[in-house]
Amino acid sequence: MIDTLREPPLAGAGREGVAAKIVARNLRKTYQGRRGPVHAVLDFSLEVQEGEFLCLVGPSGCGKSTVLRMVAGLVPPSDGEVAVLGRGRTQGQPLTSIVFQEYAIFPWKTVRENVGFGLQMRAVPRRERDEVVDRWLGKVGLRRFADAFPRQLSGGMKQRVAIARAFANDPEVLLMDEPLGALDAQTRIVLQQELLRLWEEDRKTVLYVTHSLEEAVLLGDRVVLMTAHPGTPKAEYRIDFPRPRGLELLATPEFSRTTYAIWSALQEEVVRAMEAEA
Amino acid sequence: MTAPVAPPRGAEAAASEANGRSWDFLLSVATPLVLLVLWEALVRVNLLDFRFFPPPSRIAAAGVALIRSGELWVHLGASLFRIVVGFAVGVAIGVPVGLALGAFRVLRVMFDPVLSALYVIPKIAILPLIMLIFGLGEGSKIAIVALATFFVVAINTLSGVRQVEPILLEAARNFGARGFALFRHLIFPGALPSIFTGLRLAAGTALLVIIAAEFVAANEGIGFLIWRSWTTLVTENMFVGFAVIAALGMLSTWLIHRVARLVMPWQGEEIDLASGREPV
Repeated sequence: MIDTLREPPLAGAGREGVAAKIVARNLRKTYQGRRGPVHAVLDFSLEVQEGEFLCLVGPSGCGKSTVLRMVAGLVPPSDGEVAVLGRGRTQGQPLTSIVFQEYAIFPWKTVRENVGFGLQMRAVPRRERDEVVDRWLGKVGLRRFADAFPRQLSGGMKQRVAIARAFANDPEVLLMDEPLGALDAQTRIVLQQELLRLWEEDRKTVLYVTHSLEEAVLLGDRVVLMTAHPGTPKAEYRIDFPRPRGLELLATPEFSRTTYAIWSALQEEVVRAMEAEA
Repeated sequence: MTAPVAPPRGAEAAASEANGRSWDFLLSVATPLVLLVLWEALVRVNLLDFRFFPPPSRIAAAGVALIRSGELWVHLGASLFRIVVGFAVGVAIGVPVGLALGAFRVLRVMFDPVLSALYVIPKIAILPLIMLIFGLGEGSKIAIVALATFFVVAINTLSGVRQVEPILLEAARNFGARGFALFRHLIFPGALPSIFTGLRLAAGTALLVIIAAEFVAANEGIGFLIWRSWTTLVTENMFVGFAVIAALGMLSTWLIHRVARLVMPWQGEEIDLASGREPV
């Protein structure tokens, strides 16, 4: 399934000398429904540049998680092409690491074992693994909880483990599937800040799926809006706020204006999606 | 970021909780004692027929006599040997079979109906067949315990594998787990709680089956002791047998619980580090 890496003919698809890292062309995912085929994703094309933080937003059920899973190779597309372009493959560097929306960390592994899981699967030597894990535990403030089990952690701490697990695996691209969606509002704000800080340190390519517009505008370099039934990209917004960004951005009129502009477009989609479901 | 610290719980609350717990313990010990005293009293005033319900004091005396003569150890040893060996064989086959059926769809489609159909047959019903195959000796007793254990353990293991969260499977695959690694890091630990449920249930079934088998086809064992006490009308000894069975049942439950805690430290019952206010 790592075979989503198909260099030709997609290699060099980037523009202006910036390498494309994720390339999706005319992706389609169709499920067999009771009343005929249902297109979860239709005619979806997207390029994510190296080092770009791209947010995919849309009404629930618009297929954004399906897109992410196709990029990860967890779900095969019904049609079209998707590729994650990496050069680290010879060193065994993984193509994608996902931060899932639920608490998808292993309950039977300690925080340390969870964070080091990807490295362990790649047979990274114990000592190197420990070093990397310690570094990331430090960055997410969980060093004291290294030997705790997930059961002993709060929701925010569990999601920090999931984030550290993905970062520590050092993939070509990070895929995040509503990673903060299950958290309460305060925890969510704290983790948004931490995520910004972590990401701004090494600027890995990120595909970030969320239904929160504020989150998308706060975090992303670009926001792609998806329609539902079928899931197709509808509009795209470049977010040019300077980095490093912080919470103070939320208080600026520019932020509100941008969010509102996207919301106006999204609103039509949400209403349409609700009508389609009714 | 600052490391989250769980706030210390109020000393008062902790004290009152400890109080409540020792009170609970007292109640759980006192109630059976009171019942025993009541039983003794009811027999003494002839409200309970001592031929059917010998007073606890006489049962205790009979137990001591059986221990002194060494007879109890013979019966206990025989039953324990059959249970332990049969249980071990049943688990050794049941867990791998359950894991395999849970992990491979084809196997599940092939064998699930067979397993479900055989599972509902009371194992004691096929004791005659088992005795035909394994003879009248220890073999048939061990086999019937193994068989009873196998079904309970296999079915619970299978359902444990099926209950592993799909999102954890996606995570494991995304982080590169394949083949045996998937098994070791995901499927087996994920199924463990259910496997232990199977072990607990199987221990009870094993006890039931062995006693029934010893009623009809043994010259020693706790089941034999009870049956002989009935034919000779020594009801005290019969009650000693009941007490031994109760003790065995409790012991096996306790033992399996201890092992479960040891094997699954992540399930522990101690107070959560993050209890109380949720740290962010």
